[in-house]
Amino acid sequence: MSASSAFNDEKGGSSNVGEPEYGHDPASGGIFSSDYKRHDDLKEMLDSNKDSLKLEAMKRIVAMIARGKNASDLFPAVVKNVACKNIEVKKLVYVYLVRYAEEQQDLALLSISTFQRGLKDPNQLIRASALRVLSSIRVTIIVPIMMLAIKEAASDMSPYVRKTAAHAIPKLYSLDPEQKDCLIEVIEKLLADKTTLVAGSVVMAFEEVCPERIDLIHKNYRKLCNLLIDVEEWGQVVIINMLTRYARTQFLNPNMNESLLEEGGGEKAFYGSDNDDDTDDEEDKEEKEKKKTEATAIVKRKPYVMDPDHRLLLRNTKPLLQSRNAAVVMAVAQLYFHLAPKAEVGVIAKALVRLMRSHSEVQYVVLQNVATMSIKRRGMFEPYLKSFYIRSTDPTQIKVLKLEVLTNLANETNISTILREFQTYIKSNDKDFVAATIQAIGRCATNIGEVRDTCLNGLVQLLSNRDELVVAESVVVIKKLLQMQPEQHSDIIKHMAKLTDNIQVPMARASILWLIGEYCEHVPKIAPDVLRKMAKTFTNEEDIVKLQIINLAAKLYLTNSKQTKLLTQYVLNLAKYDQNYDIRDRARFIRQLIVPTDKSGALSKYAKKLFLALKPAPVLESPFKDRDHFQLGSLSHLLNAKAGGYQVLPDWPEAAPDPSVRNVEVKESVPEWTKCSSREKRKEKKADKPFYSDSEGESGPTESADSASDTASGSESGSGSEESGSGSESEESNEESESASEEDEEEEGKKKKKNVEKIKARKPVPESESEPSSGEDVKKSEKKSKPRIGSSESESEEDDDSESESSESEEEESEEESEEETKKKKKTTASKPPSKPPKKENKKEKKEMSLLDFDDFDPAPSPSQVTPLNNFLSSSLVTDLEGLSLTDNVLSPTTIVPSGNLKTYELLHRITGEGLSVEYCFSRQPFSPDPHMVAVKIQFTNSATSEAKSLHMEDAKLQSGMRIKEFPEIEVLPAGETVSVVMGIDFCDSTQAANFQLCTHTRKFFVSIQPPVGELMMPIFMTENEFKKEQEMLLQSLGQLMGMNEITEKLTLEEKCQGEHAVVQRVTTAANLSRVPCGSDKECSHPVPPPPFPIHRFAGKTVTSGSLVLVSVVTKEDGAAQLTVNCEKMVIGTMLVKDILQALTQ
Amino acid sequence: MINSLFLINPSGEIFLEKHWKSVVSRSVCDYFLEAKEKALEPEDVPPVIHTPHHYLISIYRDKLFFLSVIQTEVPPLFVIEFLHRVAEMIQDYFGECSETVVKDHMVMVYELLEEMLDNGFPLATESNVLKEMIRPPTILRSVVNTLTGTSNVGDTLPTGQLSTIPWRRAGVRYTNNEAYFDVVEEIDAILDQSGTTVFAEIQGVVEACVKLSGMPDLTLSFMNPRLLDDVSFHPCVRYKLWESERVLSFIPPDGNFTLMTYHVNAQNLVAIPVYVKQSISFFECGSDGRLDVTVGPKQTMGKTVEGVMVTVHLPKTILSINLTATQGSYTYDNGTKLLVWDIGKLNPQKLPNLRGSLSLQAGAPKPEENPSLNIDLKIQQLAISGLKVNRLDMFGEKYKPFKGVKYITKAGKFQVRT
Repeated sequence: MSASSAFNDEKGGSSNVGEPEYGHDPASGGIFSSDYKRHDDLKEMLDSNKDSLKLEAMKRIVAMIARGKNASDLFPAVVKNVACKNIEVKKLVYVYLVRYAEEQQDLALLSISTFQRGLKDPNQLIRASALRVLSSIRVTIIVPIMMLAIKEAASDMSPYVRKTAAHAIPKLYSLDPEQKDCLIEVIEKLLADKTTLVAGSVVMAFEEVCPERIDLIHKNYRKLCNLLIDVEEWGQVVIINMLTRYARTQFLNPNMNESLLEEGGGEKAFYGSDNDDDTDDEEDKEEKEKKKTEATAIVKRKPYVMDPDHRLLLRNTKPLLQSRNAAVVMAVAQLYFHLAPKAEVGVIAKALVRLMRSHSEVQYVVLQNVATMSIKRRGMFEPYLKSFYIRSTDPTQIKVLKLEVLTNLANETNISTILREFQTYIKSNDKDFVAATIQAIGRCATNIGEVRDTCLNGLVQLLSNRDELVVAESVVVIKKLLQMQPEQHSDIIKHMAKLTDNIQVPMARASILWLIGEYCEHVPKIAPDVLRKMAKTFTNEEDIVKLQIINLAAKLYLTNSKQTKLLTQYVLNLAKYDQNYDIRDRARFIRQLIVPTDKSGALSKYAKKLFLALKPAPVLESPFKDRDHFQLGSLSHLLNAKAGGYQVLPDWPEAAPDPSVRNVEVKESVPEWTKCSSREKRKEKKADKPFYSDSEGESGPTESADSASDTASGSESGSGSEESGSGSESEESNEESESASEEDEEEEGKKKKKNVEKIKARKPVPESESEPSSGEDVKKSEKKSKPRIGSSESESEEDDDSESESSESEEEESEEESEEETKKKKKTTASKPPSKPPKKENKKEKKEMSLLDFDDFDPAPSPSQVTPLNNFLSSSLVTDLEGLSLTDNVLSPTTIVPSGNLKTYELLHRITGEGLSVEYCFSRQPFSPDPHMVAVKIQFTNSATSEAKSLHMEDAKLQSGMRIKEFPEIEVLPAGETVSVVMGIDFCDSTQAANFQLCTHTRKFFVSIQPPVGELMMPIFMTENEFKKEQEMLLQSLGQLMGMNEITEKLTLEEKCQGEHAVVQRVTTAANLSRVPCGSDKECSHPVPPPPFPIHRFAGKTVTSGSLVLVSVVTKEDGAAQLTVNCEKMVIGTMLVKDILQALTQ
Repeated sequence: MINSLFLINPSGEIFLEKHWKSVVSRSVCDYFLEAKEKALEPEDVPPVIHTPHHYLISIYRDKLFFLSVIQTEVPPLFVIEFLHRVAEMIQDYFGECSETVVKDHMVMVYELLEEMLDNGFPLATESNVLKEMIRPPTILRSVVNTLTGTSNVGDTLPTGQLSTIPWRRAGVRYTNNEAYFDVVEEIDAILDQSGTTVFAEIQGVVEACVKLSGMPDLTLSFMNPRLLDDVSFHPCVRYKLWESERVLSFIPPDGNFTLMTYHVNAQNLVAIPVYVKQSISFFECGSDGRLDVTVGPKQTMGKTVEGVMVTVHLPKTILSINLTATQGSYTYDNGTKLLVWDIGKLNPQKLPNLRGSLSLQAGAPKPEENPSLNIDLKIQQLAISGLKVNRLDMFGEKYKPFKGVKYITKAGKFQVRT
């Protein structure tokens, strides 16, 4: 077995050592018999270019995984095939990736780009599967990528992709709980989705991520209720469970009055409840209740009226009791149990009884729940009593549960039938079951006074049973029963006394002894004799029996000391030397208490009272009592312990919360997607069918309707016009508008879009008008133009206005800035000015077009004259500025971020440094001694009273590869003085801290400098074309494997930060990058309409390795923006995105 | 939700594992194996086991344990129901669900499991959908696959997944369009020693095999729907129409499926088709006993009772048996103490009888309880409740399908106490 031992070494701890191999599996063939070579063999197959070989290899590998063998060393070989054309190979590679990516995070990153590409695929199935795999590989570093992918997929056209997005949410959440807030946004969005496909999945995500945010449900409550019946069965379970919780917080207890009655009504209400449940006769019941209310004089309440939404839920879940899926039936049952008025709960019984015919595991769970329900609502299951009869073939656990239910259902009328059944059960061979039956008989006897004697007699007969366990169990139960009415049963006690000779089960012996001791007055002759016998066998008894012998002795001594004094002494003496210290203790304690000595304390007077006090009879309770505080059907209920992630079922509120929160606009509450009851409607759907089966698959009316209404709601508005670049997108949007014309609401959306276009078209005119005048005038005229637009647009809707305004104001801002910059004698970073002229030109064109379209517009005076002039001016400006910006490049960081703005960090606090405080900042100047180092400016301030001497650093502890160039030693720093030095650190492009000691002549301080990622780079100059080229290079050159260097994130700019200047400033503060002048390439691409909002680009390279860092911020309307970072260094890219995001949003 | 799945054979060997979230070490199964050791019968293993960090929910089916690992609160039935679906899926794909079959198709089973759950939440459990994604193996296809190098994996996602009718695949074409319905009724009963009925009820199920082209819309109606008390439906059935008109209206899945299950109104008296005369006795003194069982037809509505079988779990203390059967044959397994008497067709003229002696182990006490008899039987062309299908109509397609209905009555959990 050398092979297997080698194999075991290799596979490590994850699987069992020495497990047998299966040679007969064709997929594995004989691989396991050869040793290490097998993997070489597989690697070779994977490297080949024949798909069949690859497939064979992958099959073997997956078979290994399935069997629990370790195949992780094949990771590099497998991951190469992630982009394989063969669909089956691809699927198997995905399977492999999902299994091992967590263990091999670095290598797993190589596959990300494939999925990222997949996310943009026109085929919805590929998009969905890409998202599914991407979100399934648990690699923390791709969290931002996942987040982005989910956000995008959540607004996808295809409901299938949106469903996948919903599935991905909990995956991301478990990977990085900090994303919670973002995820909740996505959940909120998806909750509003109207397709059945998405509903179940998103509620599942809701339950896992933010079950406490019950407020998100309000608006979707009615829709969920209406969709419910068409959601797939697993989703139904989740939705129903969630809605149960929701209803408990939002509605009033429908049994409000009854529950009060129950408390006041006592016995009658408890035992008579069965009648109440079954009566369909509402009136009769109400009358009864009224009488009761008057009788018990309960505080008057408002008559209870059920919230229509509450009713809606009950009505829409009821049909699901007919589901074939046991989990769905159970979910509805628990919903009814927790939410329905008492009179209606009965409907679930039939369905639950049906489940009893299912597999034994299903029976087990259902019975547990029935057991709990049958305590509260006995009448519900009474008609089905016989369904709980036990068969000899049932597994023991099922038998015991059925017994529990039968016991709960027992009442005066059916007890005789039940007891007859029990008699059969007692004969069973299954002794555990017999014991349980005896317990059950005991419970019936305690609960139902009429049959107590019958039961007792039956149990006494069992005392002569040959099976000791049966006898013992009977004794224990009899003991409990006798405690209730001991006077009448001295003969039973006598009978039991006789049993002590035969019975060996300790518990039973102990019970008998206790009984005799407790009721020794009833059996005055026998008791001492029993004690005598026991004293004889004392040493051989079990501890529990010994304790009871001592107990018996003490009691007899107190009642009948004449006969038992010596016996007691003897027993106590035996106990004194017992091995068990409990028994020794007990003996000592009892001796002191009962035997009067001169020293005995005050307690001995009360000994009789202590020992012979009346003991209350035990209450035999069901173990299922009060289990219904757990939500029925839940794991926690089954275990009777809170499971992780269990959401407590809240109590009904005292007063109903505002029901209007659930109101939504009428159009939404129409149950458009519910299963149509009439055939005609069904046929309509069928007519739609071809859409679904289309290869494109995305033109279905469902999807388009959804997306269209999305646009109408404004969340995604403008996306269509922006992304018009890619063919597929535009196709989709075309389709969108086509289908939109069918329905009214969507038509509105379309109108809106047109209006927006209109406005855009009009805007340029005032600008061109004022072109010849100075910058100030531009502003003014534009401001003037605003009302004009408003008036000419008087028929347009209000939101159109606001839209136009916002876009306009942005325009204005950029305008303003460019003016400012020109004023600064064209010294600043060249940015806007070069891009402006071509833009305007484009606008001109557009305007002319718009003239054709809208002849109600009053054209500006002689535009034809203005245009050439404008062109001329601008082109010369471009060249000027371009030249300037080149020269400005080196200065740019300093001009944008004056050194005063540099963020300083504390290195050493004044107090810890004993008067010496040290601060540092990243000066952003090139560090001349070594260009690969980051310059760090350190400022020492001596606020102590004495001077500090010989300030220097030593003992740098650095991560491998990092270097430090120390600052020159400062010999003396007089009190109150400040001095600055510069040191260089090569951080190796990582944000690891550089740790070193800062020494003065007296002390050493451990300090560390940790750079923000933005400081690990230096600005470089690039033109926009170069930028784009580089960006593409980055995306493509390194091929599929390294292409994961683009991270995109959507954000919303704060109001203050929507201006161009603010954006630039914030980005450059966050990272040491330089602005790329934009717009210069527009000249060659006239036909492309100018981007309505500017794109800001920044470039830099990392200090150590010189890898390019490209950042672009695309702004959209309403402050929406998209941030893209391209960097070969994945880590830097990710962190940079975070930092910039933060800078822009705060 | 569901974290991992382990398939375990009766000897406690884990032969397949699948994880949908982070990998859970298979050592977690030790808790289960421990419980399994304690249990006398595989059925006695508790379905839910609480371990320090996980919850184990398992089912026992087809001599295999399907064990799932759960980490947080989830409705237990949800998991149990899903595990049964897995078993059904394996059965559906490979004809049977057994250890050998799973081991032979390890990769395919693994792929199927991958599709069924996403992050532990069911994604595609409809057989029609799964079969479009991963085609079930046939001899022909496996030959073709080896020759051409094509695969069993479908290259498109099933359209069913995307439609409002997820249970039916699109583009179904048959040359012979047929729809068969089997009405199968099972009698659950407990008879006591004297032959009186303690408890009896009828559970029925309508199994369908529908092979129709296109998108047929079927309506099935019964002569006497009032008989049906409690029903549960395949998701395809329109519940509202059932409520209002008592007809089953549905667009069927392609192939075999269970259309509905029902429970016959409890008020109707259940006709018990056979009677059993039995006497099993053990003598107090000697280590001997006698067994005498006779089975005869009772209310059979003029049909013959077939496939009669009597199964007895004899007490553990039985040493050996010596019986003679006047009809059929019996088998006895001394290890499990299981006596099976296969009678076959019941002849009213000559009643089958099984009698003989039982010998107990020396010194063993007389068994407390006589073993109960479990009866199996089958009656063709009869639904014991009297339920009758009225007609089947098809809408939505032009062709005329071939239709057929079959009735069978069987014994369900039919037990005679002795």
